Amino acid sequence: MILVWLIAILLIGGTLCWLLAQWNKVFPKWIALCATVAGLVLMVWLCLQYKNSGDGAGSEWFINYRLSWIPAFGISFHLALDGLSLVLLLLTFFLGILSVLCSWNEIKEKHGFYFFNLLWTLAGICGVFVAMDLFLFYFFWEVMLVPMYFLISIWGDTNRRYASYKFFLFTQAGGLLMLLSILALYFIHAQQTGIYSFDYFDLLHTSPGASTAKWIMMGFLFAFMVKLPVVPFHSWLPDAHSEAPTAGSLILAGLLLKTGAYGIIRFVLTLFPQQAQAFGWWAMLLGAIGILYGAFLAFAQTDLKRLIAYTSVSHMGFVLLGIFAFNEIAMQGVIMQILTHGISTGALFVMAGMLKERLHTRDINQMGGLWTAMPFMGGAAMLFTMASLGLPMLGNFIAEFLILIGAFSASAALTVLATLGLIFSACYALRMMQKVFLGPATVTAPLKDMNVREWVMMSALTIGIIVLGLFPQPVIDMVKGVVGALVD
Amino acid sequence: MNELQFEALLPFIVLAAASMAVILLIAFRMSHTVIQVAAFLMACLVIFAMWYVKDTLPQSVPPLFVVDGFGALFTGMIIFSMMAVGLFSYIYFEEREENPKEYYILLFLATLGAATLTISTHFISLFIGLEVLSVSLYALIAYLRNRNNAVESGMKYLVLAAVSSAFLLFGMALIYMETGSMEFERIAQSIKESSSSVLFSMGFGIMVVAIGFKLALVPFHLWAADVYQGAPSPVTAFIATVSKIGVFAVLLRFAQSVNLPQYPLVISIFSVIAMASMIVGNLLALRQQNIKRLMGYSSIAHFGYLLVAFLPGNAAGVEAAAFYLLAYSITLLAVFGVISVLSTRMKDAEDLVIYKGLFHKQPILTAVLSICFLSLAGIPLTAGFIAKFFILASGVQQNLWLPVLVLVITSVIGLYYYLRVISTLFAASSSTGTTAKTLHPFFYISTYIALIVMMLLLFWLGIFPGRAVEGIREFLLIR
Repeated sequence: MILVWLIAILLIGGTLCWLLAQWNKVFPKWIALCATVAGLVLMVWLCLQYKNSGDGAGSEWFINYRLSWIPAFGISFHLALDGLSLVLLLLTFFLGILSVLCSWNEIKEKHGFYFFNLLWTLAGICGVFVAMDLFLFYFFWEVMLVPMYFLISIWGDTNRRYASYKFFLFTQAGGLLMLLSILALYFIHAQQTGIYSFDYFDLLHTSPGASTAKWIMMGFLFAFMVKLPVVPFHSWLPDAHSEAPTAGSLILAGLLLKTGAYGIIRFVLTLFPQQAQAFGWWAMLLGAIGILYGAFLAFAQTDLKRLIAYTSVSHMGFVLLGIFAFNEIAMQGVIMQILTHGISTGALFVMAGMLKERLHTRDINQMGGLWTAMPFMGGAAMLFTMASLGLPMLGNFIAEFLILIGAFSASAALTVLATLGLIFSACYALRMMQKVFLGPATVTAPLKDMNVREWVMMSALTIGIIVLGLFPQPVIDMVKGVVGALVD
Repeated sequence: MNELQFEALLPFIVLAAASMAVILLIAFRMSHTVIQVAAFLMACLVIFAMWYVKDTLPQSVPPLFVVDGFGALFTGMIIFSMMAVGLFSYIYFEEREENPKEYYILLFLATLGAATLTISTHFISLFIGLEVLSVSLYALIAYLRNRNNAVESGMKYLVLAAVSSAFLLFGMALIYMETGSMEFERIAQSIKESSSSVLFSMGFGIMVVAIGFKLALVPFHLWAADVYQGAPSPVTAFIATVSKIGVFAVLLRFAQSVNLPQYPLVISIFSVIAMASMIVGNLLALRQQNIKRLMGYSSIAHFGYLLVAFLPGNAAGVEAAAFYLLAYSITLLAVFGVISVLSTRMKDAEDLVIYKGLFHKQPILTAVLSICFLSLAGIPLTAGFIAKFFILASGVQQNLWLPVLVLVITSVIGLYYYLRVISTLFAASSSTGTTAKTLHPFFYISTYIALIVMMLLLFWLGIFPGRAVEGIREFLLIR
């Protein structure tokens, strides 16, 4: 029931934002903040409660909640929580609060509708992370899409319409193929057992013929690879990320991409273990290509947000590489990468948003020497740039290190290729830092350094990335049971 | 005819009497408002009659009709659609036409024709129903005779519908030659007994031309965009819902009685038509700047989707089709309701430019319209998603992979133009023209309430479809 409340808080909060915006323009942001904070408090409480149950000793499912929804088709409202879902939900609410904070002054019009969309996207994401009925999963998968489309297309930058169409069409194409796969699985299950059910735990025991299973898996995988994104399907990402408002980019990079990774881990690996194994080498190759290709393109960008977007492509390559290495250490690394990438890239997008607010541009050629005007922001930027290139002591290092160790035993050649990506990441990260904050000052107008609200956001992110870098063990313990079950 | 049979036909008799009543009211020089209210009450009377007779169903009225759950379900949809159309018509015609009264006679007659189709079990009743529907539609489409578009589209519909009727008659004649009967059941029997069915296949193939024309399926779709654009907005809504529900219902009934899926040739023809409709409809809609034309092309695509549910020929398919028609009619009625409300005296609100930034001026209408377009695009939380899901499910169940894949790919293409409309609605505002409200506020309020109710219905069907599905199942079991 508590999971229902988590989603309901966001849905109700969003609706209230929209309704109450007519009375007072300040209401929506406070309601949104309260809703996300309440969610985070609930999550932290859950986290403390199940702190020691994730080690694989007991059942890996902490909470299991099931209601009948459309019994005629065997569709149920089935939510469940395990270690993986729990850490992802924690990330969702953490970044949720930040996304509300970073839109505090950025949004100038239609406040109510904005925060409505923001909270509904978050609700969709939460739903995706806990839905254990495939129909419900698809439902949430789409629910997070539509509000995000509105966020980009109404509050985005100049080229927002193009970006929002592209985002929606790419994800929808993937989503519909996934729906076909879900349906195929559903009918095959019904043929084999006579029970019509979309439930994850029922469908786990379905064994379609080898070639059918391959096609069904491809449907799922396509949806998740578009979302992740994997290189041939990544072209929506730079547009969507660069045109979206700051909070939109934060949620896209920090959370939406993670739903792709989550989907592969939760559904592809467990529903089709043999087929996934067979596809493993190719997926790792795609991952390695993504790492290098993303890094190259990031190096060439002049648009700050586009640059950060391409670093996401590169980092998500590590996720794919790690998932299909099929061993425990790489999988742990993947989950760490999901968390740390959410924080570090999120922080960079927030930073880009702050710069945009002050300079009204995203072009890094028009920036330079900003450190003198804004030393604190420069310091924070330095930290997250370093995190992004994988400096030890910061979270991303742990993640990438674990993934590379794990992947090495699966395919040495591809791992060597992927490791080269770390060098390129240093190139693009240092270039970004150099162009924006160092060098001769080009901006003459007086610039304000960070205000209190921005301080709070940046310190929260900084604490997050350092804590994950120094003490990753709690996360590793939390997902140990899930990862163990996956790798077997 | 015994008393029970008469009772079963009562709703249809009331419907026919209603058009007479409207004629009498006009003869007594009643005002438009009185006629509108009376028409509404008579539509309620029809629904009451249906409620009254529902326990006596199924009743067969040989040889022409059978009033069963299937017929009742589709007739119900037709009557409710007609009521919505009638409601939107008041505001629309009161502003434009000095003499809007005869419109209601035609509306009732056309509805009667469509309703007759849903209960026909005989070629004669099928043909009479179709002609009553078509002939009323000729006049309805060209009702605003001062507009060039209206007359042109009326002519276009007239000529093409006449040709398609000829095809229908020819096809019926061929089937009659083969089987010696025009009753669906008898036809089914005699083709089961005889071995060769060349004439039957040919005859049905020719009938497909007429049915394809009425449902605006590719390659018989050429009239759709012009007629949708030229006809008055409420009439367009009527063509898109009532007339198509009626024709689709009779197609379903005929297919079920002769067990059409056993003819691979017919099924492949239908799947080609379905795929062509999905592809062509969606592609042609992509660049449309006129919202009525856009709806025309999108309706071609949607009937292509609907045929995917028709192909399997099983119970799940019929259920999916009924649910789809329900969701689709609500959506279309709401869209054309909004168009009617926004239309001005001189011109319908058909250019997409008019809708730019509507969100700032008319938040309620914008909400209704965006939900409708999301529903047409098949996005979850709306009825359109569940409807599309049922269709996909019935297709996947029968391993109809090709049509299903085409459906998926074309609905992604279709998403583009639905999103285009939605993002226009939410774009920064440009024009400021607002319609001056000259009528009694009661009609505006009731129209708005109807639109909001439809929007909520779309949500309800999208989130809790269970009850509606059960209802449809129960109705379909009465036979």
